[in-house]
Amino acid sequence: MSDTTDTGPVLAADGTPLKRSLARALRRQKMRALMLIAPLLIFILVSFILPVGDMLYRSVKNDIVADTLPRTVVAIQDWDANSGELPDEPVFAAMAADLKDAASAKTHTKVGTRLNYENPGIASAFRKAGRKAKKFDIENDGPWKEQLLDLNKAWGDVEVWRTIQTYSPRVTQGYFLNAVDMKVGPDGAEARPESEQIYMNLLKRTLWMSMLITFSCIVLAYPVAWILANLPMRVSNLLMILVLLPFWTSLLVRTSAWKILLQQQGVINDLLVWIGVVADENRLVIINNQFGTIIAMTHILLPFMILPMYSVMQTIPPTYLRAAKSLGATDWTAFWRVYFPQTVPGIGAGSILVFILAIGYYITPALVGGTKGTFISNQIAYHISTSLNWGLAAALGAILLAVVLVLYWAYDKIVGIDNVKLG
Amino acid sequence: MGAATESPKRAQGGHLTDTAANDGFVVFDRVQKSYDGVNLVVKDLNLSVGRGEFLTMLGPSGSGKTTCLMMLAGFETATHGDIRLGGKPINNIPPHKRGIGMVFQNYALFPHMTIAENLSFPLEVRKLGKSDREQKVKRALDMVEMGDFGGRRPAQLSGGQQQRVALARALVFEPELVLMDEPLGALDKQLREKMQFEITHLAHSLGITTVYVTHDQTEALTMSDNVAVFDDGRIQQLAPPDQLYEKPENSFVAQFIGENNTLEGVVTEITGDTCVVRLDDGEELDATPINVSKVGDRTTVSIRPERVEYNKERLQEGAHTLKAEVLEFIYMGDIFRTRLRVAGNEEFIIKTRNAPDVDRLVPGQQIEIGWLPQDCRALDA
Repeated sequence: MSDTTDTGPVLAADGTPLKRSLARALRRQKMRALMLIAPLLIFILVSFILPVGDMLYRSVKNDIVADTLPRTVVAIQDWDANSGELPDEPVFAAMAADLKDAASAKTHTKVGTRLNYENPGIASAFRKAGRKAKKFDIENDGPWKEQLLDLNKAWGDVEVWRTIQTYSPRVTQGYFLNAVDMKVGPDGAEARPESEQIYMNLLKRTLWMSMLITFSCIVLAYPVAWILANLPMRVSNLLMILVLLPFWTSLLVRTSAWKILLQQQGVINDLLVWIGVVADENRLVIINNQFGTIIAMTHILLPFMILPMYSVMQTIPPTYLRAAKSLGATDWTAFWRVYFPQTVPGIGAGSILVFILAIGYYITPALVGGTKGTFISNQIAYHISTSLNWGLAAALGAILLAVVLVLYWAYDKIVGIDNVKLG
Repeated sequence: MGAATESPKRAQGGHLTDTAANDGFVVFDRVQKSYDGVNLVVKDLNLSVGRGEFLTMLGPSGSGKTTCLMMLAGFETATHGDIRLGGKPINNIPPHKRGIGMVFQNYALFPHMTIAENLSFPLEVRKLGKSDREQKVKRALDMVEMGDFGGRRPAQLSGGQQQRVALARALVFEPELVLMDEPLGALDKQLREKMQFEITHLAHSLGITTVYVTHDQTEALTMSDNVAVFDDGRIQQLAPPDQLYEKPENSFVAQFIGENNTLEGVVTEITGDTCVVRLDDGEELDATPINVSKVGDRTTVSIRPERVEYNKERLQEGAHTLKAEVLEFIYMGDIFRTRLRVAGNEEFIIKTRNAPDVDRLVPGQQIEIGWLPQDCRALDA
């Protein structure tokens, strides 16, 4: 007899619906599985996802102006910056009161620094005003327009007040505009003058050089992976150690080694001069430029290309090539029509790995890239550790993250991510 | 049944040759092959395959049969000697110019191409026009009854279907010679038997020469015009299946093909086509001398299990009889398999057809068995 009745759902032996019974049976297993991965999950959440989320939020966060200059922010709301006239006395009075509070709390330089990112020069106006602001008598001194203008003529600049007005909201697109070489002008977003454009060029250079590095990795890794996959196991294991050896060596050591090899008084130049290919006074400049970055990074990222290629090639039996030849294909046709298409998943996996690693690389370009061979990640590092403009660094990072995700999506559309084999 | 009707044709088939002068379609002339420069994998191979013949290379693994096939296909080079195809030496012709169709052990269908693209591949590299290609691909697929599968990928087909496609791909460019390297090894028993028949049928109806490698003796016996039994880098015997089974020329062939009983002894007398062998326990019996040359040679006497009779009424005139003790009786449905102790050998097997008038033997029973001297062959020790 079957467990089903003609009308109702399938029932378990005790009369409960089979579905519910099954779900109950599986719940314990699921809970146990969740408990097992909980430590890792919590670790990743606390140490990775939350900080990354916080950094991303910083790229639009702009609390400092509204917190430090609360009265001014309210008063300046109705001012029309495009009129070409300075704000009215109440705005100046509000600013004077805010400056007095800020100076006693010692936050006036911070807001100055923040606004200085958008309008260089503002910081000094805040700094100078802050020194006097503690002695301001808000009720009796005045009018504040003249007082402030006497203190520093920057307060008579319409652009300064426009900047304060523009950056008074708690959320701003300023960092992102800055990251793509734009700023908020009188008519909304506008491009910065050519001399101030840095980041888009840097991003293009980063993408372009990462592509070159990925391509040279493909060209160099393919034959190596082929040899590894086709040699007898004993020999190929030995060669595999040679591939992995640099992998186990510190990144800094390898990069420094390239510095010694590539510099003008370095090994390669010495060798070329000794052979007579290059004259002593015309030593090649192959470091502290893009060339140096490409060479060093290709070398460092090569194992990431070889390993996925090797693991794919290992699964392709040599009989395919033999079959192709027995069917009349020349060596080249057999390779190109039969072998190569089967290695595409390996090339794809290696390329994604190398490209994504390359686009975010930081130490090597910083050490061997000079000024022409640095990546956008070097600018991010600069803003994090030197200029302390974390908002801009976060915006640049977010853009980088978006570019990688878009490329990944495009790759999935074109090649299909399920065609990728990492091992 | 099939074997009996086709045997006249086989008589003209391939043969072992001693000299280079031979008009076979495929000729191996004193071919040797060594991989390491120390051991010969193929030792002095001479073989001729006639046009339209189905030749099977049979042997245990490591016997050199696959190496021979690979040399013929061009994937291995002969260390010494000539291989000729249609009269022309092909030693220096690369594989893709030999025009030999090949079916591989694991089919080697290109996984990234559809079935139709797989079949079209040999035609494309031969620069055939599109309509020509489509027509030939369709005909080849129809031939193996796979006409509806052109758009599928190899991974979507079953083992038997992949096998058919591999066969069609090896035949689509109309080669005169097709090589098959254990093509049925991955299939289950029933499918294998079906494919054995289909391949033989196809090869004969198209009139192509086939060289087939297998380690399965049933496959070799049922499919081939001629079978070359390989061992230790040499052809031990080249003969049509019936001769191979009934008239093995040495003890390796006798042991390798079918089931076989052996008794060891010394030759005491040779007169023409009979000899007397004294077995190790002193018993004497008559046998047909095959490769014993003189009195005093040690010999292994070989008798097929189904040629042994224990029913006295059925024993034929001139049959030689021996005493035996029944050790084990196994019921196998169509036959009975009985293990006996004969002249000290406890592994002596006899097979009896399951018929109403046959007695079932009981372990411990003492019986007398007999056979004709011509079924009892004195081979090398």
